[in-house]
Amino acid sequence: MNTSDSPSPQRRFNTRLGLFLFLIYLTLYTGFVLINAFAADKMETIVLAGLNLAIVYGFGLIVFALVLALIYGLMCRRDPAENTETGEVAAVQGDSK
Amino acid sequence: MIYDPAPLAIFIFLGFVFGTVGLSFYLGRKAKSSEGYFAAHGQIPWAVNGIAFAGDYLSAASFLGICGMIAAYGYDGFLYSIGFLAGWIVALFVIAEPMKRLGKFTFADALDAKFNSRGIKGAAGISTLVVSIFYLIPQMVGAGSLIQPLLGLPHWVGVVMVGVVVIMIVVTAGMVSTTWVQFLKGSLLVIFSTVLVVMLLQKGLTTDTSSFQTIGPVSEQDLKQKTIADRKVIPPTGGWLSTAEKKQEFIRFVPKDGRAGYDIFHIDDIPGSDDKLLRQAQSVTGSGASKEIDGAPNGRESGERELQPIGHLSKLPGGETSTGPLGPISFFTTIGDSEVILWGSTTITNPEGPKTTVYYQKPTAGKRVLRPGEHPKFAGIRGDSFGDRLNFLSLMLALFCGTASLPHILIRYYTVKDGSAARKSTIVGIATIGFFYVLTLYLGLGAMTSGSLDLTDTNMSAPLLANSIRPWLFAVISAIAFTTVLGTVSGLILASSGAVAHDLLIGVMGIKLSGDAQVKVAKIAAIVVGGIAIILGVLFKELNVGYLVGWAFSVAASANLPALVMLLFWKKTTKEGIIASVLVGMISSLGWILLSADTYKSVYGLDPNDAIAPFSQPGIITIPLAFITLIVVSLYYSNKQEESTSKASV
Repeated sequence: MNTSDSPSPQRRFNTRLGLFLFLIYLTLYTGFVLINAFAADKMETIVLAGLNLAIVYGFGLIVFALVLALIYGLMCRRDPAENTETGEVAAVQGDSK
Repeated sequence: MIYDPAPLAIFIFLGFVFGTVGLSFYLGRKAKSSEGYFAAHGQIPWAVNGIAFAGDYLSAASFLGICGMIAAYGYDGFLYSIGFLAGWIVALFVIAEPMKRLGKFTFADALDAKFNSRGIKGAAGISTLVVSIFYLIPQMVGAGSLIQPLLGLPHWVGVVMVGVVVIMIVVTAGMVSTTWVQFLKGSLLVIFSTVLVVMLLQKGLTTDTSSFQTIGPVSEQDLKQKTIADRKVIPPTGGWLSTAEKKQEFIRFVPKDGRAGYDIFHIDDIPGSDDKLLRQAQSVTGSGASKEIDGAPNGRESGERELQPIGHLSKLPGGETSTGPLGPISFFTTIGDSEVILWGSTTITNPEGPKTTVYYQKPTAGKRVLRPGEHPKFAGIRGDSFGDRLNFLSLMLALFCGTASLPHILIRYYTVKDGSAARKSTIVGIATIGFFYVLTLYLGLGAMTSGSLDLTDTNMSAPLLANSIRPWLFAVISAIAFTTVLGTVSGLILASSGAVAHDLLIGVMGIKLSGDAQVKVAKIAAIVVGGIAIILGVLFKELNVGYLVGWAFSVAASANLPALVMLLFWKKTTKEGIIASVLVGMISSLGWILLSADTYKSVYGLDPNDAIAPFSQPGIITIPLAFITLIVVSLYYSNKQEESTSKASV
């Protein structure tokens, strides 16, 4: 069986962090899609530096994706199973048998 | 439009293609084992893999399709950019590390890591093949579109060329060369797109009121005369006649200068007046060798006509004719305050002979092209139909869920050494891809106002924008776009060949193959899949590549994502649940697409109103359906198992 049955605390932390950041982004993305689908006129509203909500929110989603990705990259903990290259190979081979 | 192949363009283009193939041959010498062929021995540095993600992902759909859609309709194309990038969040936060941890060569490996089931390998292998082939279609269509203006060759030649070159790349080298080729192309695409945007902003915006003629204002009475503004009217006949249901939309004149064919004008209303304005239009009758432009044979010789390039501003703020250099924000605000000429089209049915498509100018307020809902397929979000809104939600859901389900993206997680490298390379990928997608809005709107667009092929907008700025830039951008198609196609064919050799032959049929034999079988599979891709690329040439990719995402998200996510996060998932979910997701989404209005219209040539599927994008129904299937089937089988265990213990 695979190693995910007994994940290390580091891996569990990474998974929870990933899901937490995913939910934040999902909320923002859902907001964007719902405004477009049900209140498309709102997207014409000028909100910042003469730019409308469609451009600001759209660019914002792209930039925010990178910000969250960097936060995730900085906060993730290294899984001890990855410290040796052979450890990973062994884990993978164990999985497939 | 008729394109002139430029020697410089051909030289640069061939340099890129030979460079790519040469690199593949060179790197291919090192990839003899199955680990090397399918997964580059897991030794690709994470930063290189990250850029290679961008190379794989920024395909014909992103560069040609999105820019083309923005150039033709404005902001709507950018919705794809946002959805495509958002999908990477799912890939990074949910999929990246487990994929690396659980799998070895293919997507099926990861899905099957817990169960070692032939059924899962079979279902995942077939789904990989189906999604890859679906995703291959737009890439091949894009390649054909690029070859036409670059080398002056027909569309099908481009499709065959890309097919043959890609088969050579995949057969010679596998994942090592594909990765390095993707790295180079991903970097070059982003660098030269940035150069193009900087040059576009430096050039600024200008108005063009001379490329197409305007007559008027004229009164309703004038329109009934035999001569208007000294121009002799051709009396309307056949499909040009007005009917009780349809008032006269166009007026045709005998050309003044003795040219062949006719000059055609669209009759435009003037707001607040009963008078009309006549704006020049363009018409295409028939296709192939017998194609006529404005009633004359297509060509440049005497007695022939060709379509004129389009895309311009009719008014700038403050009545200016040129803005000079613009900043990244003032570019948008200036377009918002300008008037853009978009082009609509309508079909005239002639009782005898082929149909005529007439393209006509639609002066549009700039702020309308900076908001969603201008594209016919997105216009529903401003209408009353709930189905149209569902269609939009469905597309955005498929884009969000599709990235992390694409086989050729998933296999890239096996080319790095561990989960941490998988994570880091995804972050590099997000940075590169996100930056590029920001550029797409500039490129698309720049193309919209460049005066160089091809009315009949929106896919060529970005390269033609480059051509309007510098011809050498056109050659470079087209060559990069073409090689990007090569890279994406090679990634897809590699994923498909892996599915055939590793999942279906070894995993399902139980055929024992050595590492070398696996690679040989995969190469034969690559040739077959490449051949199928060539045929489909020729058949689907009329469709916008961005839209086609939307469908591929729907199938991928419905077939693959539910099984992958539930395997990772729901302990009661059973192998039966996974198999059922993959098959139900794949078959339902494919079936939905084949029965949708868009397919009826564009593929079968049938009346879209007869379509069975209520809207075109299946994701909002088929993704939840695949999740529910997995849960129900898993619960059923785990209950059954519990029952049999308790019976045994009694």
